[in-house]
Amino acid sequence: MLKSKAGGFIFQLIAFMLAMVFVSLILLAVGASPLDAYKNMLTGSVGSMRKFAEVLVSFVPLLLVTAGLLITFSAGLWNIGVEGQIVLGAIGSVWVLRQFVDSSLPPALIITLSILGGMVAGAVWASFAGMLKTFGGVNEIFGGLGLNFVSTALTLYLIFGPWKREGVASMSGTEPFPDVFSLPQIPDLRISPYALAIALVAVLIVYFILQGTYFGLKIKAVGKNIRAAYLLGIPTWQYSLYSFLICGALAGVAGALQVTAVYHRLIPSISSGYGYLGLMVAMLVNYQAVWAVPVALLFAALNIGSIQLPIVMKLDSSLSGVLQGVLVLFVLLTEGVRQKFVKKV
Amino acid sequence: MNQETLLVGLAGVLAAAAPIIFAVVGETLSERAGVINLSMNGTILLTAMSGFAVAYTTDSIFLGFLAGMLIGALVALVVAFASITLKQSQVAIGFVLALTCRDLAYFLGNPFMGVSGPRLQAMPISGLNDIPVLGPLFFRQEMSTYISYLAIFLAWLWIYRTRPGLMLQGIGEKPAAAYIRGANVNLMRYVYTVIGGALIGLAGPTYSLGVRAGWMGTISGLDGIGWIALSITIFGGWNPARAAFGAYLFAFLQWLGLVLQPVLTQVPSQVLQVAPFPLMILTLLLVNIGNTEWVDRTLAAMPESARKFTAKVLRAMRASPPAALGVPFERD
Amino acid sequence: MNVELKNIHKHFGKTYANKGIDLTVQSGTIQGILGENGAGKSTLMKILSGFIQADPGGEIILDGKSVVINSPADAIHVGVGMLHQDPLDFPPMRVLDNFLLGRSGGLFPNRTSVRQDFLNLARQFDFSLDPDNYVDALTVGERQQLEIIRLLWMGARVLILDEPTTGISASQKQKLFATLKKLAEQGMTIIFVSHKLEDVEFLCNQVAVLRAGELVGMTKPPFETSTLVELMFGKVVTLGDRQPAKTGDTVLSLQNVSLEDVRLKIKNVNLDLRAGEVIGLAGLEGSGQGMFIRACAGLVRPVGGKVFLKGRDLTGKAYHAFKHQGVNFLPASRLEEGLVPGLSLTDHFILAEEPTGVFIDRVAGQRLAEDRIKSFNIRGTPTSTVESLSGGNQQRAELALLQSPLSLVLLEHPTRGLDIESVIYIWSKLKDRCKQDGAAIIFISSDLEEVLQYSDRLLVFFSGKVSEPIDAATISVEQLGQLIGGKGWTQKGDANA
Repeated sequence: MLKSKAGGFIFQLIAFMLAMVFVSLILLAVGASPLDAYKNMLTGSVGSMRKFAEVLVSFVPLLLVTAGLLITFSAGLWNIGVEGQIVLGAIGSVWVLRQFVDSSLPPALIITLSILGGMVAGAVWASFAGMLKTFGGVNEIFGGLGLNFVSTALTLYLIFGPWKREGVASMSGTEPFPDVFSLPQIPDLRISPYALAIALVAVLIVYFILQGTYFGLKIKAVGKNIRAAYLLGIPTWQYSLYSFLICGALAGVAGALQVTAVYHRLIPSISSGYGYLGLMVAMLVNYQAVWAVPVALLFAALNIGSIQLPIVMKLDSSLSGVLQGVLVLFVLLTEGVRQKFVKKV
Repeated sequence: MNQETLLVGLAGVLAAAAPIIFAVVGETLSERAGVINLSMNGTILLTAMSGFAVAYTTDSIFLGFLAGMLIGALVALVVAFASITLKQSQVAIGFVLALTCRDLAYFLGNPFMGVSGPRLQAMPISGLNDIPVLGPLFFRQEMSTYISYLAIFLAWLWIYRTRPGLMLQGIGEKPAAAYIRGANVNLMRYVYTVIGGALIGLAGPTYSLGVRAGWMGTISGLDGIGWIALSITIFGGWNPARAAFGAYLFAFLQWLGLVLQPVLTQVPSQVLQVAPFPLMILTLLLVNIGNTEWVDRTLAAMPESARKFTAKVLRAMRASPPAALGVPFERD
Repeated sequence: MNVELKNIHKHFGKTYANKGIDLTVQSGTIQGILGENGAGKSTLMKILSGFIQADPGGEIILDGKSVVINSPADAIHVGVGMLHQDPLDFPPMRVLDNFLLGRSGGLFPNRTSVRQDFLNLARQFDFSLDPDNYVDALTVGERQQLEIIRLLWMGARVLILDEPTTGISASQKQKLFATLKKLAEQGMTIIFVSHKLEDVEFLCNQVAVLRAGELVGMTKPPFETSTLVELMFGKVVTLGDRQPAKTGDTVLSLQNVSLEDVRLKIKNVNLDLRAGEVIGLAGLEGSGQGMFIRACAGLVRPVGGKVFLKGRDLTGKAYHAFKHQGVNFLPASRLEEGLVPGLSLTDHFILAEEPTGVFIDRVAGQRLAEDRIKSFNIRGTPTSTVESLSGGNQQRAELALLQSPLSLVLLEHPTRGLDIESVIYIWSKLKDRCKQDGAAIIFISSDLEEVLQYSDRLLVFFSGKVSEPIDAATISVEQLGQLIGGKGWTQKGDANA
C-alpha cells in the first residue's frame, strides 16, 4: 500500500479522509464536536513534554511487536499469538528478577538478564504456535489465539497463586520490585531512554534482516511462494519456525520492558493489547519496515491522546481504537477498489 | 450437591451456551459457503452493546435483538464485500473488524455503562416444564435459549436435509462443481455470510439482555468470547450439531470450574474460568493432525495392522474444512 | 438432438482459441473431436456447455432452434451436459447427494424416489454404484459413471465427454463405450473429445480435427491413422540437423522404478542417462510423464525400485538431497512453482547462489544480475519483479537460475507458449550450459517437433505405460504421433518402434 507510488498514495489519502469522515460522523452521532475531540487528542499526546514521553512509553512495546510481526508477515504467517508472546516475555522477565531479589549482583546485569529472560520466554511461547502449525496442522491463527488465552490464565495463576502479594492477592498484580530493578528513566519523565533505544535498534535490525540478509530474503521467498521457495532449495518449514522465534523474541522483549521500564511487576493485562495493535500497524504499513516507526508513533499518540477524552469530554478513550481500526479498514477497502477497478485501465 | 441444585446448574449451562451457539451456528453457515468471518469477537461486543442500548431506549427487548441482528448482518456484509467483490484477504478484513467493532462498542456504549435496563424473563413452557428432570433442565429457560435449540436443529436440517443446504455444502467444497449445477456461487456466499452475521448478531443481545444482563463496557467479560466461538466452529467440524456440542461442553467446563472452586481452594478462580482453553488447543490438534504430511509419511512406514488402526482413529477425529474455505471463486 | 455450431470465434487477448468453427452433428452420432494440446478443443466444448461464451457473431443451433447458452445451468436446461476430465463432483459427499445436487424441486428432496431413479438408471447401464458410498471412495471411472447418469437424469440429450478414457481401467473403458453406443442408438448425440487415436477410431461415426483453433478436417470411417495424425500435427515436419551428443558417464540410473498416484501406475522403468544426453518425454498430458520427471527430481517418492545419481543411491531421499547433487527442476507453471512473484530478478539470482556470509552483497548481486540478464538476453532490469516479465523472459530467468555444478536438468514444457526466437535461444543456451557442466537433460514437451529435434533418445508415455528408450533418429513424427495416441504398443507395454 504505502509501497506503490503516486496512484497508491492518492488512494491512501482517500482512505485517510474517509476514515476521518467516518469517525467524525460517529462523534457527531454521540453529540460531541469532532474538532474538539481531535484537538484534545492532539494536545493530549504532544501538548507537553510529559505527554509526549507517555506517547513514547506506549511507542516502545508497539514498535517492538510491529518489528517482530514484520518478520512473520514476511514469512506469510498471521502470528496472532503475539499477544501471548508479550505476556510470556513479561512473565519470563519477572521470573528472572525474582531469582535475584536478594542477590548482590549489579542491578544492570540483573535487568539485562531479565530482558534476556523475557526474550527467551517469548520465543519459546512463539515456537509452540509454530510447532502446532508445522507438526500439528493447526492454523497459526487458532493455535495463537488459544495460546493467548492460556497465557492470560498463566498470568492470573501466578498473580493469585505462587507469586501472590504479601497478605492478599489482587488484580493489581504482584508485589512491585525495588527501584533498583527499574530501567533508568529520564528525570521527571516516565520514559526510559534505554527502552526507547532497544525498540529503535530492534526495528533497525529487522529492517536489515529483511533488506540485507540472505536469511531475510529466504523468509520473504517462503512467504510469497512456499512451493517455489522449496524448489529453489530453501528448507521452508524451518524458516517458518525461525520467523516465529524471532517475532516471539521481540514480543518477549516488549513484555520484559513493560515489566522493567513501566509496571515493575506482573499485572493481569500486561500486554495491553499491543500485540493486536501491532498487527494493525504491520498491515497498515504493508509490511514495510521503514514505515513502521512513524505509523507506530502515530498509533501510540492516538492511544495516549485519547486518555483525556473521558475527563475533558466525557467520551470513552476507546475512540483511539476506533480511529485506528477504521483507518486500517478503509486502507484495506480502498486498496481492494484500486486493485479491482484501477489496475485494469 | 443435591439433585435440584445440580439441575439448576445444568440448566444454567444450557442458557450460558445459547449465545455461543448463535455465534457458532452463524459462523458455520458462513464458513460452509467458503467465507471466514473473523470479525466475530467484535461483532458480539458491538451487538451486545447496541442490543442493550436499543432495548433500553425503546423499552423493547424485541427491538434490541433486531438491532443486534441488523448490525451483525451489516458487519458480515463488509466482510463479504471486501472478500468476495474486492478479493481482499478475509483474515485481514475480519481481524480489523474484530478490533474496530470492539472499540466502537466501548466508545458508543459509554452512556449505557452500568444502567439497569430490560432483560429477558424465564418463560417456562407449560406442560413441558413439569416433566421430571427434563422440565427444569430444558423448559424453564428464557426465550433466547429456546431459540438456540431451534437454531441448532434448523441449521442442521438445512445443511443436511434440504436442497439448498446440499448446494451450500457444494459451494464450500467445490464452487466450480456447484456452478455447473446452477448455483450463483458469489451471490450465495453473500447471502450465507450475511445470514450467518445476523445469527452472530443474536449472540450479543443474548448476553446483554439475558445471560449477563446490562452493559459494563470493558468489564462486561465478553471480550474473547468470539475467538472462543471461532475455535468451537472448527472443533465442530462445520456441523452445527457437533459445534453445539462444543458450545455446551465449553459452558459446562466453565460451570464446573465455578463449582469446583470451593474444593480446589489453592487454584485461583480466574484460572478455572480459562481451563477450557488448553483443552481447546488439544482438540484442535487432534482434529487437524491427521491432515499433516509427516503423519502420512509416518503412517506409510508403520506395519500394516498398526497403520490401519491409527489411520482409523485419526480419521474419526479429523475434521476437514470446506475445501474452498477462503478461496475466491471466479468462473474459469 | 441435432447440434449445429456456426461460425464460432473465441479470442483470449490477442490469440484466437477458436477461429470460425462450423460443425454439424446429427442426432445419434458419436462425434469425435481430435487435436493436440492447445488446438482449441476444450474452448469449443466449454462454449457449447456454457462455461464460457463465444465472441459475438456465432450461433448454436439445437434441433433447428437457435439457443443462447450463458451458463452450464442454461446448457443442461436445453439438453447439453458435459462430463469434465477432472470430475466436477463433491468428494466428501455421498453418491446419492451428488446425484441429486443441482436438480430443482421442493425444499426437501424426496430421497426415496431419487434413490429409485438412481438405481434404475444405474441398472440400465449396468453400473454398480452404491448410493450411500462417499464419492472420495470411488475410482475415477465410477465417478464418471455417476456423472453420466446424473446428466441423463437432468435431461441431457447431448453429452460431451472430455478425455473420458484417461485414468480409467480397461474394463471401465469397455463399459463406457458400450454405454455411449447404447445412448447413441437411443438418439442421443455424443461428442467425444480425445487425443487418443485408438479410442476415437474405435468409437466414433465421424471425427473432426482441430488445429490451432481451426477445424482442419472432418472424416468418416474407415479412419486412416496417418491422415488423422497429419491433420492433427500439420504437415510432415522437416527436421533440422541433429547433432548427436558425445555421451559421458552415467548421471542418472533408474532401476525397476515404479510410481503411483491416484490416477496412474507406472511400473518397472529402467533407464541409464549419460552426461551430455538429452531425453525427451512425449505423450499426451497426464499420461505419467509429469510424475516420472518429478520422481527424477526426488519430488515424488517411488513405490518400488532404486534411483541412483552419479552412482549414489538417492532412493526415497527428498528433493533437497537431489538438488545438492546438481539436479535442477524447472516446473511448467513458472509463477506458481518456479519463481517467486514479488521478488526481483536480483533477489532470485542471490537466492540461487551459495550465501557468502550473513549479509547480502547488493552491489555484487546487482552485478551478477546485470551479467545474467545480458548473457541470457532477458528483457528486464535487475529490479524487475518476475511477474512483470513476459513468459519467454521468465523462462530465460529460470535458465539463468540453474545452479553450478549441474548434473541433471529436468524441464517441464520448457518452451510452451514462447515465440520461436525464444525457443531457439533457450535450447541453445540450455545445451551450451549442459555441455559446460557435463549435465544431462530430461524434458517434457507436447510439441512433437521439439521432442524429435532436441532429444537424443525419447520415452513415450501412454496411460502410465512407458516405452523403452527410442533413438530419436530412427522415428518419424507420424510414428511418434501414433504411439502417443496409443497405437503400435505391443502387449507387454513396450512401444513397437
